[in-house]
Amino acid sequence: MTAPVTPTLLYLDNVTVSFDGFRALNALSLAIDHAEMRAIIGPNGAGKTTMMDVITGKTQPNEGTALFEGTHDLTALDEAAIAELGIGRKFQTPTVFEMHTVEDNLLLALKNKRGPLATLLSRRANQERERIDALLERVRLTAQRHRRAGELSHGQKQWLEIGMLLAQEPKLLLIDEPAAGMTDQETADTADLLRDIAKSKAVIVVEHDMTFVRDLGVKVTCLHEGSVLAEGSLDAVSANERVVEVYLGR
Amino acid sequence: MRTHSLFDRQTNLVLSLLAAAAILVPAMNGLAPPGSALHLSDHLVPLLGKYVCFALLALSVDLIWGFCGILSLGHGAFFALGGYAMGMYLMRQIGPRGVYGDPILPDFMVFLNWKELPWFWYGFDWFPFAALMVLLVPGALALVFGWFAFRSRVTGVYFSIITQAMTFALMLAFFRNDMGLGGNNGLTDFKEILGFPVQAGSTRIALYVLSVLALAGGYLLCRWVAGSTFGKVLVAVRDAESRTRFLGYRVEHYKLAVFALSAMLAGIAGALYVPQVGIINPSEFAPANSIEVVIWVAVGGRGTLAGPIVGALLVNAGKTWFTAALPEFWLFALGSLFVFVTLFMPRGILGAARDLWERSSQKLRARRSPQPVTHAAE
Repeated sequence: MTAPVTPTLLYLDNVTVSFDGFRALNALSLAIDHAEMRAIIGPNGAGKTTMMDVITGKTQPNEGTALFEGTHDLTALDEAAIAELGIGRKFQTPTVFEMHTVEDNLLLALKNKRGPLATLLSRRANQERERIDALLERVRLTAQRHRRAGELSHGQKQWLEIGMLLAQEPKLLLIDEPAAGMTDQETADTADLLRDIAKSKAVIVVEHDMTFVRDLGVKVTCLHEGSVLAEGSLDAVSANERVVEVYLGR
Repeated sequence: MRTHSLFDRQTNLVLSLLAAAAILVPAMNGLAPPGSALHLSDHLVPLLGKYVCFALLALSVDLIWGFCGILSLGHGAFFALGGYAMGMYLMRQIGPRGVYGDPILPDFMVFLNWKELPWFWYGFDWFPFAALMVLLVPGALALVFGWFAFRSRVTGVYFSIITQAMTFALMLAFFRNDMGLGGNNGLTDFKEILGFPVQAGSTRIALYVLSVLALAGGYLLCRWVAGSTFGKVLVAVRDAESRTRFLGYRVEHYKLAVFALSAMLAGIAGALYVPQVGIINPSEFAPANSIEVVIWVAVGGRGTLAGPIVGALLVNAGKTWFTAALPEFWLFALGSLFVFVTLFMPRGILGAARDLWERSSQKLRARRSPQPVTHAAE
């Protein structure tokens, strides 16, 4: 079999996922370029989270193609292998290792050998320290370095998780509702951070907060009932009658 | 970056106490004259040795339950398998001194009219082989069992239930005479270990001291594992398994590694236990035994490594006292203890002691400085 040549980083074609007859994804097709940021919007149950599950290997699609960098078939790989390819995922509710310090959370996420023997015998190098310092600076958690992640505020946890994603040095970041539960200032800061990340990496952001999506200023894809309803600039998408009908309302 | 030294305050304390236990017990038994208040009578030495083996078993359970969140209710099986491996060695050492005087076959085989030693008994007359099997048999079972369970992502209470089924199945199997391991009588009537008479006071002292050393070694090993990046991954798996997966860790490999390591520790505990109690039989596989181990860990303090040692020693000392004084009430007492600890001391004795210590030292600090202590950002 010859892999189709695609210039895109992530290529989903005709992906269908059914759970007991319910089609969570219905012939979904989507292409994300290198260093592109894409916002995904859509009503609850539109298939946003299922799409992330397919990309990260948590869910196997019933049919369809999911290719990364044109050659890696994501449907045949497990979560760990996909993470190693360079796809990082942030969950909707911030998920960090609450009992570990902020620093250790980042340490565990750093791009390193992931095998049991490698971690058992690993010695922390100065280089790692520098990487952690830089990450802490970037997600503004330098002062919280030695605190347990469980003691952080909601917004700080969101940022720590983004920091952990960056520590993996992924090529593609999947970010599920980063602005949920954040103050206005934090939301604006998060948009800045994501725009900055998107300069060098591809980012897919799932978000309900329209102000936030507008802030990002990127191409928007609206999902509905498991497939793409509309795609384009936010203004174009929000002007789409079907989008107004099923999602934006009025 | 904060580096955790292997020899922190808790480790030093545990090792000092174990060293004291290794020195004091032989001294009190051998040097103090019988009748003096300091004298430790002969029958107490193997009893203490037994407790120490249980402490090592509890430690092995804490490594997987406390750090990786895998609640094994079948660790008694690994303990018993290690015990059987040692028992087979001890049986072969009996030689012609058995009741039937057969130079090769253990008594129970002669009794069953067997003519030849079954193949799996070969090699057990050689101590290094038996010692290797003490590690390999429990380790291999844990690898096979864990591979199926963790690969299929069996977790939580479902995993606990199948570990109960595992130890129950092994108990039934070992009860059968066809297994060639002594049926319901098990293996007993041992004479010698490495040429020393098993019953002799000096051998018992040596076995006791070896058990304490094994416990100290096991503790250090667990401490080292828990303090490594590997140990941090285990805690990560315990607290947020899918997060760990999406970070690129193969969670099942980690679970398998720590499960096998823990099973081998349990096997060592069983191997040291058998010569001290003088018998190993299928009742060691009883599902209730494995549950009892979990209670020791919970009472002492899960995830602390030192706590399970304390828990195992205290609960077993209590059991010895209770089963002599009020035998009918022991299980009620054990059950109530578990309920009490779960409700009022969720972090066990050690956790409660730490809280108390922190609170009192905070109070002390507050009294010394009239200004309120502010918890500014570090």
